[in-house]
Amino acid sequence: MKIGILALQGAVREHRNALLQLGVETVDVLYPRDLEGIDGLILPGGESTTVGKLLIRYELLDPITESGRKGLPIFGTCTGMILLAKEIIGSTQPRFGLMDIAVERNAFGRQLASFEADLEIPALGSVPFHTVFIRAPYIEKTGERVKALLTYERKVIFAEEDNLLAAAFHPELTDDTRVHEYFLRKIKKR
Amino acid sequence: MTDIKKETGTDKVKKGLAEMLKGGVIMDVVNPEQAKIAEEAGAVAVMALERVPSDIRAQGGVARMSDPEMIIGIQKAVSIPVMAKARIGHIIEARVLEALDIDFIDESEVLTPADDVYHILKSDFKVPFVCGARNLGEALRRIGEGAAMIRTKGEAGTGDVVEAVRHIRQVNEDIQRVLGATPMELMTIAKELGAPYELVLQVKELGRLPVVNFAAGGIATPADAALMMELGCDGVFVGSGIFKSDNPAKRAKAIVEAVAHYKDAKLIAEVSKGLGEAMRGQSVAQLEDKDKMAGRGW
Repeated sequence: MKIGILALQGAVREHRNALLQLGVETVDVLYPRDLEGIDGLILPGGESTTVGKLLIRYELLDPITESGRKGLPIFGTCTGMILLAKEIIGSTQPRFGLMDIAVERNAFGRQLASFEADLEIPALGSVPFHTVFIRAPYIEKTGERVKALLTYERKVIFAEEDNLLAAAFHPELTDDTRVHEYFLRKIKKR
Repeated sequence: MTDIKKETGTDKVKKGLAEMLKGGVIMDVVNPEQAKIAEEAGAVAVMALERVPSDIRAQGGVARMSDPEMIIGIQKAVSIPVMAKARIGHIIEARVLEALDIDFIDESEVLTPADDVYHILKSDFKVPFVCGARNLGEALRRIGEGAAMIRTKGEAGTGDVVEAVRHIRQVNEDIQRVLGATPMELMTIAKELGAPYELVLQVKELGRLPVVNFAAGGIATPADAALMMELGCDGVFVGSGIFKSDNPAKRAKAIVEAVAHYKDAKLIAEVSKGLGEAMRGQSVAQLEDKDKMAGRGW
C-alpha cells in the first residue's frame, strides 16, 4: 500500500512519521504525476488559503478532485478538512468540494483558544483519543450521506462520507495512530 | 462526555501552530492593505509592525511594540495568523500582545532591547513565542525559556542573506556535533554551547531542533528563500524584502512558490522572471558591529 501526502505546505512530516510507524509507504505529492499509483491521500494541516492557491498554481486541484470523485480514499486534517468541504462559510477560497459539509474556519477562535482534550471516539474503541485543536475549524452542517464520528461542544469535528474522512483535530501531533489506522481500514475495505 | 478537561496554552498547541506554518512564508506588514496583499499572495501568517527593519535601520531611534490599533486593524483584515514583535525582555509588551489575542509573539532583536540581560520567560505565557538564534546554544536557551519556534537572526533590513546563511550553517554544524558525540561527551558539549543539558539530549534523540526553525534576516529574492529551505530551514520570514521592492504582490507570490518547490530550479527560474528591482539593500560586510541587530540578546 502506498499513501500520498499533499506536501505543498504544513505538517507533512508528522503524517509521514505516523504512517511509517504503521509500516506504510508514503510519497510526497507536489505534482500531478505524484498521484499515480497511490491507494489513498492525506491532506495535512497547514494554512488553507496558502495551500488552496498552490493547488491551483500547480494544477493539483482538478486531478485530486477527479480522483476523489472516482473513489480515491482521502483523509483531511484541519486545513485538509476545509479543503474537502463543499461549503466554507463566508469564503470563496479554492477547495476540492468533495464532501457534503459546511465548515467554519478558525471556529473556536484565534491561537489562544487552541486546546487539547481527551475525547471518546466510539469508532476507535473505548480508550479516549487525545485530540489537539489548533485554530481549528468545525463542521457546521452535514449532508445526508455524512456520518458524524465525533461531536464536541455540539459541533461535528470528525466525520466520514464514503471514501472521505475529515478531522478538525491533529492526530498526527500525538503518538496515537488509531485515526490513521481507521483510514487504512477504509482503504482496505474498498 | 460532561467532564472533559480542555487545556489551552499548552506546550503542544504552541509548538503545534508552528508545525502548521512549515513550508510557508511569513511576511512583515505595516498596515491592513499590505496584510491583504500578503494573504492574497499565499503567506501562512503576517507579522504586524510599524516600521519594517530597513526603515528602523535607516531612521534610527528606539523601535518598540506596534500600536495596538494597527495590530487590531490587521487582525480584522486577514484570516491567517497574525504575529507581532515585543522587545527582548519586555514582559509587559508581551502581555499586551497576548491581551490583544495575537497568534504568535516574536521576541525580536529588530526592536530595541528592553533588557540587556534577561529574555522573557516565555513558558509563563499561553501565547506561543518565536525567537532569533545564531547557533544551537542560543536556540536551546530560548527553547528552554519556552520558545515554541526558532528563526535564524540573519541581519534584518539589509537584504543581504549572508548572515542568515551563516546562522543556519552554524546551527546545522552544532547539531552534527551533538549527533556525532558519545553520551559521555554531551554534558561537556552542553556546557560549551551554553545550552540546557536536557535539550541537548532531545536534539541527540530527534536528530534536529525540538521545534520548528524558520529563516529570517536578509531574504530578498525567491532564490534566497529557496536557499534557506535547501539548508534545512522549515520556512521563511521575509521582512523588508517584499514591501521595499518594486512589485510587492508579484514578489510575495514568487517567494511563496519558491519555498513550496525549493528543489525545482526550473520553477524558481520561472517565478523569478520580471519581478522588477529587489530591495536595494546594504552589504553586511560594510556594516559596523554597533549597527548589527543580530548581536542583541545572548
